[in-house]
Amino acid sequence: MHQTNTSWFLKGMKDGIPISLGYLAVSFTLGIAAKNAGLTAFQAMLTSLTNNASAGEFAGFTLIAANASYLEMAIMMIVANARYLLMSCSLSQKISPSTPLIHRFLIGFDVTDEIFGISISVPGKLTPYYTFGAIAVAMPGWSIGTYLGVVMGNILPSNVVSALSVGLYGMFLAVIIPPARKNKVLAILIPSSMAASFLFSKLSIFAALSSGMKIIILTVAIAFIAAILFPIKEDEHDA
Amino acid sequence: MTHNTYIYILIMASVTYLIRVLPLTLIRKEIKNKTLRSFLYYVPYVTLAVMTFPAILDATNSTWSAMAALIAGILLAWFGRSLFQVSVLSCLVVFILELFLC
Repeated sequence: MHQTNTSWFLKGMKDGIPISLGYLAVSFTLGIAAKNAGLTAFQAMLTSLTNNASAGEFAGFTLIAANASYLEMAIMMIVANARYLLMSCSLSQKISPSTPLIHRFLIGFDVTDEIFGISISVPGKLTPYYTFGAIAVAMPGWSIGTYLGVVMGNILPSNVVSALSVGLYGMFLAVIIPPARKNKVLAILIPSSMAASFLFSKLSIFAALSSGMKIIILTVAIAFIAAILFPIKEDEHDA
Repeated sequence: MTHNTYIYILIMASVTYLIRVLPLTLIRKEIKNKTLRSFLYYVPYVTLAVMTFPAILDATNSTWSAMAALIAGILLAWFGRSLFQVSVLSCLVVFILELFLC
C-alpha cells in the first residue's frame, strides 16, 4: 500500500512538471497584473499560494485596483471560480467513497483546470497521492512565477512566453482526445463543445458574459444534454 | 474607504477554497442517479474542450501558430503520445513556426 502511494506520488510529480512550467509562464503575466494593481511581490505571491486560480486572481487584482467592496470581491470570486464547483463534484465521484476527510481537504486546495484535468485522466479510481504529487510540483511554479512577474516584469522573451502559453492547452488535449478514440459519444461531444464555445465567443449577445460565466453555462448545458441523450452504461463511470 | 489588501486576499482565498472543498467533503457517497452520474461523467470533457477552443487561438503571438499547435496536439493525443509529450511538442510547434511567422 505504502509502495503504491509512493509510486502514485512520483507519477503525479512527473505529470506535474509540464503543468509547473506552464504555470510559471502564465503566472508571470499574472504577477505583472498584480504589480499594476499595486500589490507588492510578497502580496502577489501570497495570493497565488492561497488561491491557485488564474481567472479568479486576475479578476481579484482588477477589483483591488478599483478599491471594490469586500462583498463585491466575494461575489466576483464565486462567479470567476464557479467552474471549480463542477470539477470538485466530478472529482468527488472519482475518488473512493472511503477517502479520508484530510485527503479531501488537501485535494480541495488546488483543484485547478490542469490538476483536475490530469486527475480525471487516471484510469479507474483516483488515488489522492497522484494529485498530491502533481500539486507539490505545480503549486511552487504558480506562486514563484507570480513573484517573478512582479519583481522582474518582462524578462522572458515574448516568443518563449508565446510558446509556453499553448502548453496548458496541449495538456487538456492529451486528457480529452484519447478516450474519444474509444467512445463515439465523446468523439462527437468534444468537437461539438468546441464549436459551441466558438459561437459563444463570436455572437455579440453573449459579449457581456465573463469568460468564466461562458464556461459554466456551456459546460452545464452541453453536459446535461449529453447526459439526457446518452446516459452512460455502468462500466463507464470510472473512465 | 480604503480597503486592506490582506483582507482582500483572505476573502479571495476563503471563497475560492470553499467552492472547491464543499463538493469534495459533502458528497461522500457514490451518486446513484443515472442522469446526474452521466452529467458528471461528461463535465470534464465538455469543460476542457470549451476552455481549449477558441481560447488557444489568442494564447500565442500568432493565430496560425496556435492553430498549428492545436492540430498537432489533437493528432499527437489521438496517436497516444503522453501528456508531457503532447504538451511540450505543442509548445515546440509554436516556437519553431513563430521563428518564421513573427
